[in-house]
Amino acid sequence: MPDHKIDPNKWIDLYSDYLFNYTITRVSDREIAQDLVQDTFFAGLKSMKNFKGEASERTWLISILKRKIIDHYRKINSNKGKAEVRMSYNSDTESEGDWLEERVADPFDKTAEDTLQNEELGNAILNCLSKLPKKQAHVFKMKTIQGFETEVICNELNITASNLWVIIHRARTAMADCLKENWF
Amino acid sequence: MSAKMKIMIPCDEANHVCDKTQYKEANLWEMIILNIHLIYCRACRKYTKNNTKLTNIIKTSNVDCLDDDCKEKMKEEFNQALKEQSI
Repeated sequence: MPDHKIDPNKWIDLYSDYLFNYTITRVSDREIAQDLVQDTFFAGLKSMKNFKGEASERTWLISILKRKIIDHYRKINSNKGKAEVRMSYNSDTESEGDWLEERVADPFDKTAEDTLQNEELGNAILNCLSKLPKKQAHVFKMKTIQGFETEVICNELNITASNLWVIIHRARTAMADCLKENWF
Repeated sequence: MSAKMKIMIPCDEANHVCDKTQYKEANLWEMIILNIHLIYCRACRKYTKNNTKLTNIIKTSNVDCLDDDCKEKMKEEFNQALKEQSI
Protein backbone atom coordinates (compact mmCIF):
# COMPACT_ATOMS: atom_id res chain seq x y z
CA MET A 1 0.00 0.00 0.00
CA PRO A 2 1.44 3.35 -0.92
CA ASP A 3 2.06 5.47 2.09
CA HIS A 4 0.91 9.04 1.80
CA LYS A 5 3.09 11.71 3.24
CA ILE A 6 1.84 14.90 4.76
CA ASP A 7 3.31 18.24 3.84
CA PRO A 8 1.39 21.24 5.16
CA ASN A 9 3.52 23.76 3.29
CA LYS A 10 1.77 23.03 0.03
CA TRP A 11 -1.74 22.62 1.35
CA ILE A 12 -3.06 26.02 0.43
CA ASP A 13 -1.68 25.95 -3.08
CA LEU A 14 -2.90 22.47 -3.76
CA TYR A 15 -6.18 22.07 -1.99
CA SER A 16 -7.70 25.44 -1.11
CA ASP A 17 -9.71 25.69 -4.32
CA TYR A 18 -10.97 22.16 -4.06
CA LEU A 19 -11.98 22.56 -0.45
CA PHE A 20 -13.52 25.94 -1.12
CA ASN A 21 -15.59 24.58 -3.97
CA TYR A 22 -16.71 21.73 -1.77
CA THR A 23 -17.76 24.14 0.94
CA ILE A 24 -19.48 26.69 -1.25
CA THR A 25 -21.95 24.11 -2.54
CA ARG A 26 -22.92 23.41 1.03
CA VAL A 27 -22.99 26.75 2.79
CA SER A 28 -23.50 29.12 -0.17
CA ASP A 29 -21.78 32.06 1.43
CA ARG A 30 -18.29 33.04 0.36
CA GLU A 31 -17.21 34.51 3.67
CA ILE A 32 -18.33 31.57 5.72
CA ALA A 33 -16.88 29.10 3.24
CA GLN A 34 -13.54 30.85 3.37
CA ASP A 35 -13.51 30.78 7.15
CA LEU A 36 -14.38 27.12 7.19
CA VAL A 37 -11.58 26.26 4.78
CA GLN A 38 -9.12 28.17 6.89
CA ASP A 39 -10.35 26.45 10.03
CA THR A 40 -9.88 23.15 8.31
CA PHE A 41 -6.26 23.89 7.50
CA PHE A 42 -5.59 24.88 11.09
CA ALA A 43 -7.34 21.83 12.43
CA GLY A 44 -5.39 19.67 10.03
CA LEU A 45 -2.17 21.21 11.23
CA LYS A 46 -3.03 20.54 14.82
CA SER A 47 -3.92 16.93 14.33
CA MET A 48 -1.17 16.16 11.88
CA LYS A 49 0.08 13.39 14.15
CA ASN A 50 -3.17 11.53 13.70
CA PHE A 51 -2.69 11.32 9.96
CA LYS A 52 -2.09 7.67 9.30
CA GLY A 53 -1.26 7.89 5.64
CA GLU A 54 -4.02 5.53 4.62
CA ALA A 55 -5.90 8.10 2.60
CA SER A 56 -4.55 10.91 0.49
CA GLU A 57 -4.06 14.28 2.07
CA ARG A 58 -7.01 15.70 0.23
CA THR A 59 -9.41 13.04 1.41
CA TRP A 60 -8.19 13.54 4.93
CA LEU A 61 -8.70 17.29 4.76
CA ILE A 62 -12.15 16.84 3.28
CA SER A 63 -13.14 14.64 6.17
CA ILE A 64 -12.09 17.38 8.57
CA LEU A 65 -13.94 19.93 6.51
CA LYS A 66 -17.12 17.86 6.64
CA ARG A 67 -17.03 18.01 10.42
CA LYS A 68 -16.45 21.74 10.29
CA ILE A 69 -19.47 22.26 8.07
CA ILE A 70 -21.67 20.19 10.35
CA ASP A 71 -20.42 22.16 13.34
CA HIS A 72 -21.19 25.37 11.51
CA TYR A 73 -24.80 24.34 10.95
CA ARG A 74 -25.16 23.23 14.53
CA LYS A 75 -23.93 26.58 15.72
CA ILE A 76 -26.22 28.74 13.62
CA ASN A 77 -29.13 26.52 14.41
CA SER A 78 -28.71 26.67 18.13
CA ASN A 79 -28.72 30.46 18.19
CA LYS A 80 -31.36 31.05 15.62
CA GLY A 81 -33.50 28.00 16.14
CA LYS A 82 -34.48 29.04 19.64
CA ALA A 83 -35.55 32.53 18.72
CA GLU A 84 -37.34 31.59 15.58
CA VAL A 85 -41.07 31.13 15.59
CA ARG A 86 -41.89 28.34 13.26
CA MET A 87 -45.04 28.76 11.23
CA SER A 88 -46.40 26.07 9.08
CA TYR A 89 -48.65 27.03 6.25
CA ASN A 90 -50.42 23.75 6.09
CA SER A 91 -51.25 22.93 9.66
CA ASP A 92 -53.90 20.40 8.80
CA THR A 93 -53.30 18.04 5.98
CA GLU A 94 -56.84 18.24 4.67
CA SER A 95 -56.77 21.80 3.44
CA GLU A 96 -55.31 22.82 0.13
CA GLY A 97 -52.39 25.25 0.04
CA ASP A 98 -53.24 28.88 0.57
CA TRP A 99 -51.82 29.71 -2.79
CA LEU A 100 -52.12 27.57 -5.81
CA GLU A 101 -48.47 28.17 -6.70
CA GLU A 102 -47.33 26.39 -3.61
CA ARG A 103 -48.91 23.19 -4.75
CA VAL A 104 -47.52 23.03 -8.25
CA ALA A 105 -44.16 21.51 -8.99
CA ASP A 106 -41.73 24.08 -10.27
CA PRO A 107 -40.05 22.75 -13.41
CA PHE A 108 -37.20 25.22 -13.05
CA ASP A 109 -36.51 24.19 -9.53
CA LYS A 110 -33.27 22.32 -9.17
CA THR A 111 -33.58 18.76 -8.04
CA ALA A 112 -31.08 17.09 -5.78
CA GLU A 113 -29.82 15.14 -8.75
CA ASP A 114 -28.99 18.28 -10.67
CA THR A 115 -27.02 19.78 -7.85
CA LEU A 116 -25.22 16.52 -7.28
CA GLN A 117 -24.19 16.38 -10.89
CA ASN A 118 -23.11 19.98 -10.74
CA GLU A 119 -20.91 19.25 -7.79
CA GLU A 120 -19.29 16.28 -9.47
CA LEU A 121 -18.72 18.34 -12.56
CA GLY A 122 -17.13 21.06 -10.48
CA ASN A 123 -14.81 18.55 -8.91
CA ALA A 124 -13.92 17.12 -12.29
CA ILE A 125 -13.05 20.57 -13.56
CA LEU A 126 -10.86 21.30 -10.56
CA ASN A 127 -9.17 17.94 -10.93
CA CYS A 128 -8.32 18.68 -14.53
CA LEU A 129 -7.20 22.14 -13.58
CA SER A 130 -4.77 20.72 -11.04
CA LYS A 131 -3.20 18.61 -13.78
CA LEU A 132 -2.29 21.66 -15.86
CA PRO A 133 1.06 23.38 -15.46
CA LYS A 134 0.92 25.94 -12.71
CA LYS A 135 1.04 29.03 -14.83
CA GLN A 136 -1.59 27.81 -17.28
CA ALA A 137 -3.91 26.86 -14.47
CA HIS A 138 -3.46 30.24 -12.85
CA VAL A 139 -4.20 32.21 -15.99
CA PHE A 140 -7.10 29.99 -16.96
CA LYS A 141 -8.63 30.34 -13.52
CA MET A 142 -8.32 34.10 -13.51
CA LYS A 143 -9.74 34.45 -16.98
CA THR A 144 -12.48 31.86 -17.05
CA ILE A 145 -13.68 31.37 -13.52
CA GLN A 146 -13.00 34.72 -11.95
CA GLY A 147 -13.71 36.58 -15.18
CA PHE A 148 -10.94 39.17 -15.11
CA GLU A 149 -10.31 41.41 -18.11
CA THR A 150 -7.38 40.57 -20.35
CA GLU A 151 -5.56 43.77 -19.50
CA VAL A 152 -5.86 43.25 -15.78
CA ILE A 153 -4.31 39.80 -15.98
CA CYS A 154 -1.56 41.03 -18.28
CA ASN A 155 -0.65 43.80 -15.90
CA GLU A 156 -0.73 41.61 -12.86
CA LEU A 157 1.33 38.76 -14.28
CA ASN A 158 3.51 40.98 -16.43
CA ILE A 159 2.87 39.24 -19.74
CA THR A 160 1.80 40.46 -23.14
CA ALA A 161 -1.68 39.96 -24.52
CA SER A 162 -0.57 37.54 -27.23
CA ASN A 163 1.36 35.60 -24.62
CA LEU A 164 -1.80 35.37 -22.56
CA TRP A 165 -3.84 34.08 -25.47
CA VAL A 166 -1.28 31.40 -26.19
CA ILE A 167 -1.44 30.25 -22.58
CA ILE A 168 -5.23 30.31 -22.68
CA HIS A 169 -5.25 28.32 -25.89
CA ARG A 170 -3.00 25.62 -24.47
CA ALA A 171 -4.98 25.48 -21.26
CA ARG A 172 -8.27 25.20 -23.10
CA THR A 173 -7.01 22.39 -25.30
CA ALA A 174 -5.69 20.50 -22.31
CA MET A 175 -8.87 21.04 -20.34
CA ALA A 176 -11.02 19.87 -23.24
CA ASP A 177 -8.91 16.73 -23.58
CA CYS A 178 -9.07 16.05 -19.89
CA LEU A 179 -12.80 16.57 -19.58
CA LYS A 180 -13.59 14.72 -22.77
CA GLU A 181 -13.43 11.33 -21.17
CA ASN A 182 -16.24 11.91 -18.75
CA TRP A 183 -18.18 15.02 -19.46
CA PHE A 184 -18.37 15.80 -23.13
CA MET B 1 -6.68 43.11 -37.88
CA SER B 2 -4.01 43.66 -40.47
CA ALA B 3 -4.25 46.53 -42.92
CA LYS B 4 -5.55 44.47 -45.76
CA MET B 5 -8.63 42.55 -44.87
CA LYS B 6 -8.11 38.93 -45.62
CA ILE B 7 -11.03 36.64 -46.15
CA MET B 8 -9.03 33.48 -45.72
CA ILE B 9 -7.10 33.08 -42.50
CA PRO B 10 -4.78 30.31 -41.35
CA CYS B 11 -5.94 27.86 -38.71
CA ASP B 12 -3.90 29.21 -35.83
CA GLU B 13 -5.44 32.60 -36.34
CA ALA B 14 -8.89 31.08 -36.48
CA ASN B 15 -8.28 29.28 -33.22
CA HIS B 16 -7.10 32.49 -31.64
CA VAL B 17 -10.31 34.21 -32.68
CA CYS B 18 -12.27 31.27 -31.41
CA ASP B 19 -10.62 31.58 -28.01
CA LYS B 20 -11.45 35.24 -27.97
CA THR B 21 -15.09 34.57 -28.80
CA GLN B 22 -15.35 32.39 -25.73
CA TYR B 23 -14.73 35.47 -23.63
CA LYS B 24 -16.79 37.74 -25.87
CA GLU B 25 -13.72 39.72 -26.87
CA ALA B 26 -13.77 39.18 -30.61
CA ASN B 27 -15.16 41.91 -32.81
CA LEU B 28 -17.71 41.47 -35.55
CA TRP B 29 -15.23 41.25 -38.40
CA GLU B 30 -13.21 38.60 -36.63
CA MET B 31 -16.30 36.55 -36.01
CA ILE B 32 -17.34 36.75 -39.66
CA ILE B 33 -13.85 35.66 -40.72
CA LEU B 34 -13.91 32.83 -38.24
CA ASN B 35 -17.21 31.57 -39.54
CA ILE B 36 -15.99 31.72 -43.11
CA HIS B 37 -12.97 29.70 -42.04
CA LEU B 38 -15.18 27.18 -40.30
CA ILE B 39 -17.10 26.53 -43.51
CA TYR B 40 -14.13 24.88 -45.16
CA CYS B 41 -11.97 23.73 -42.23
CA ARG B 42 -13.06 20.61 -40.48
CA ALA B 43 -10.37 20.57 -37.78
CA CYS B 44 -11.26 24.05 -36.65
CA ARG B 45 -14.94 23.18 -36.60
CA LYS B 46 -14.11 20.45 -34.15
CA TYR B 47 -11.97 22.73 -32.04
CA THR B 48 -14.67 25.38 -31.94
CA LYS B 49 -17.26 22.83 -30.95
CA ASN B 50 -15.17 21.53 -28.07
CA ASN B 51 -14.23 25.00 -27.00
CA THR B 52 -17.83 26.13 -26.82
CA LYS B 53 -18.71 23.02 -24.89
CA LEU B 54 -15.96 23.71 -22.41
CA THR B 55 -17.24 27.21 -21.83
CA ASN B 56 -20.77 25.98 -21.31
CA ILE B 57 -19.67 23.25 -18.96
CA ILE B 58 -17.75 25.65 -16.80
CA LYS B 59 -20.69 28.00 -16.75
CA THR B 60 -23.17 25.36 -15.68
CA SER B 61 -20.92 23.89 -13.03
CA ASN B 62 -20.69 27.15 -11.07
CA VAL B 63 -17.11 26.40 -10.20
CA ASP B 64 -15.83 28.94 -7.79
CA CYS B 65 -12.42 29.59 -6.40
CA LEU B 66 -10.72 31.79 -3.90
CA ASP B 67 -9.16 34.98 -5.14
CA ASP B 68 -5.46 35.49 -4.76
CA ASP B 69 -5.63 38.13 -2.07
CA CYS B 70 -7.37 36.02 0.49
CA LYS B 71 -5.27 33.04 -0.48
CA GLU B 72 -2.17 35.07 0.32
CA LYS B 73 -3.68 36.14 3.61
CA MET B 74 -4.54 32.58 4.43
CA LYS B 75 -1.01 31.52 3.62
CA GLU B 76 0.47 34.12 5.92
CA GLU B 77 -1.64 33.12 8.86
CA PHE B 78 -1.06 29.49 8.15
CA ASN B 79 2.68 29.87 7.96
CA GLN B 80 2.63 31.60 11.29
CA ALA B 81 0.71 28.74 12.80
CA LEU B 82 3.15 26.36 11.18
CA LYS B 83 6.07 28.08 12.82
CA GLU B 84 4.45 27.98 16.21
CA GLN B 85 3.74 24.34 15.73
CA SER B 86 7.35 23.50 14.96
CA ILE B 87 8.71 25.42 17.96
